[in-house]
Amino acid sequence: MRELLEGSKAVAKTIAFCRPKVISAYPITPQTHIVEELAQFVAEGKLKAEFVRAESEFGAASIVLGASQRGVRTYTATSSQGLLLMTEVLFNIAGLRLPVVLTCANRALSAPINIWNDWQDALTLRDSGWVMFFGENLQEVVDFHILAYKIAEKLNLPVMVNMDGFLLTHTAEVVEIPEEKLIEKFLGPFKPSLFLDPKNPKTFGFLADPDYYQEFRLALHQDLLEGLKKIVELTQKFNKFFGRNLKLIEGYNLKKAETVFVTMGSLEGTVKTLIDDLKSKKIGLIGIKLFRPFPTKIFAKLINPSIKRLIVLNKAVSLGVEGILTSEIKRAIFGKRIEIKDEILGLGGRDIKREDLIKLI
Amino acid sequence: MNGKIKSYMKKDLLAPGHRACAGCGQVIAARAVINALGKNTIVVGATGCLEVVTTPYPFSAWKVPYIHSLFENAAAVASGIEAALRAQKLDKRINVAVFAGDGGTVDIGFRALSGMFERGDNVLYVCFDNEAYMNTGIQASGSTPWGAWTTTTPVGKFSFGARQAKKNMIAFAVSQGLLYVASTTAGYPLDIKMKVQKALEFYGPKYLHILVPCPVGWGYDSNLTIEVGRLAAQTGHFPVIEVIEGKITKVLKTPAKRPKISSYLKLQKRFAHLFKTKEGKKQIDHLQKMADENIEVIGLCPTCEEHEILTHYESVDNLNIQ
Amino acid sequence: MAKKKIKNYCDPGSSIEYKTSGWRTFKPVFDRKKCIKCGQCEQVCPEGVCFYNKAKDAYDVDLTYCKGCGLCAKICPAKAIRMEIEEK
Repeated sequence: MRELLEGSKAVAKTIAFCRPKVISAYPITPQTHIVEELAQFVAEGKLKAEFVRAESEFGAASIVLGASQRGVRTYTATSSQGLLLMTEVLFNIAGLRLPVVLTCANRALSAPINIWNDWQDALTLRDSGWVMFFGENLQEVVDFHILAYKIAEKLNLPVMVNMDGFLLTHTAEVVEIPEEKLIEKFLGPFKPSLFLDPKNPKTFGFLADPDYYQEFRLALHQDLLEGLKKIVELTQKFNKFFGRNLKLIEGYNLKKAETVFVTMGSLEGTVKTLIDDLKSKKIGLIGIKLFRPFPTKIFAKLINPSIKRLIVLNKAVSLGVEGILTSEIKRAIFGKRIEIKDEILGLGGRDIKREDLIKLI
Repeated sequence: MNGKIKSYMKKDLLAPGHRACAGCGQVIAARAVINALGKNTIVVGATGCLEVVTTPYPFSAWKVPYIHSLFENAAAVASGIEAALRAQKLDKRINVAVFAGDGGTVDIGFRALSGMFERGDNVLYVCFDNEAYMNTGIQASGSTPWGAWTTTTPVGKFSFGARQAKKNMIAFAVSQGLLYVASTTAGYPLDIKMKVQKALEFYGPKYLHILVPCPVGWGYDSNLTIEVGRLAAQTGHFPVIEVIEGKITKVLKTPAKRPKISSYLKLQKRFAHLFKTKEGKKQIDHLQKMADENIEVIGLCPTCEEHEILTHYESVDNLNIQ
Repeated sequence: MAKKKIKNYCDPGSSIEYKTSGWRTFKPVFDRKKCIKCGQCEQVCPEGVCFYNKAKDAYDVDLTYCKGCGLCAKICPAKAIRMEIEEK
């Protein structure tokens, strides 16, 4: 059933249909509406879950860590400073291989303080071992959340679904959220083989000295690299089950393109509209939707011989180096003779106008 | 597997072969606590001596499910486990306990502890207090007592050791409305067991603060742990009390011939410097005064009635230190 | 690089694989005739290796793990335990 919903409310409804048993979060703009809506569902009995009010994002992340280790499906959401505060716990969750799902309503980082959208928060966590999706529009964001639980529980890896703060959280779009029963069927129940169980006691989070530590970290690295195949499979399964066409990287108007924009999130939509208006076969777009693990091979396949130049639009900077996405793209096209322009824009919610993009071409 | 499970080991839920120092007060207490909790328990450990010595991969001394996450989030992780248990609507109750050190409780772990208390989560929080960050090499914590040497409160011309009021966690827990709050020391393993069992009668957050002497950090021979643990209480320096629903229900009375604080201090190298200077002796007097206050206000002498919990406020300016 | 399947947990009580007997300088010697079976040695042992030995009808120690801290000897009210230098 298609309905017009505010972004946050759509996410909350989707999460409720995924039936997490423990939800814990701390308020921060612009994520707050998601969590308020979930609290309302629980209060009304629409969602049978424990909603645990945390004393900080650090607490919230730790609470879902504990609940997940006990073997129940969990959820948390945050933005910006909150994500940074959780950093220690997020690395811990990945190392413990817990299937936590987190929504990040992307927002700029202090200092100075700014509550509007950019990607600096999530991309600062790119080395944490979390799978990361960036949704272009509300439908993708909804779909990625469902897919996130499937991937997390199959691969024993935590998944972060990113949506541009305000741009996607506080605007309304027409979306189709699948029926709860269908989502339940697709996900299946969460039944981990290892969890905190007095009937089968185990110790988790042990001390690993130099003789042991490296193998654990390399295993996490390998599982992310090799997990890409599984993510592709599960995405295809998702598409078949729900009648969608989700892509991990999307090419737009690439057939004869010479200049191609590369970007993520809602900015893809802005660029698509520009390309449609310009009606030029020479300008295209590559939209990255799965950022970690980075689908290098899929990206490389999209680079057809006509492409001479990539303009990478970054809403996050590796300070002192270049736009974070630019570095990823340079690595992905390694060896190919293509000019790459590193463009940093839209920081702290700075509006990106058509003229700004046209100037770059 | 070359370790044999011998029949005597069945009595304990904490197995031997852990890496604790000889004479460690913390594992004496931990053994008493986990045995009293029973096998139907999930333990959340904070980073610290206990966690490090009991879980070196691939070995673990714990025979109950155990998780270590970070240094400062044990209370929050426990809240999460509790929430999961509530959501699962089990027939039989599973106990959830936190085993944290003083650092992980009064300093870096305070935020998470505060949140857990406020939410009313059904968790038994046990603080094993060896009065410093021992695992990292004896640095001062919020629980380090007045005048103690540590590597970050060392002794010199301008310092007699720690100058701070030991954080009163009993007062804090009681102020937060916890139904069961108690203190004890590793010198009294049976008291530890009794207090754990009593705590389990209550639903909600419970707090047990155990003073655990540390031979290495406090500077005494390993066979004195029990004696040091008992002297701490008998001098009035570390009151052993039980508070139920805000009222003192039990105290360990000091002996009729109450030992002076100096008999406790002189056993430990971390206080040895106090006996060597005039300034040091002033601090011993100050410590004696605090112990006397504890006894009077809380009511620890054999003939007095129990009154109230006391917090010492240290105004450093008032002490006329040259 | 061969892929090793690693266990992401520790088994309960597996610490018994690590014998800590090598740590000690002194070892406790239990005199079963003096033992009054009060059980205090068992309570105070940090390793948990003091136990009631039915065959001896007295308390005893498992020297596989004893670190020689001496707490049992110190607490014994019947002076039934003494610490001796261990000959290597």
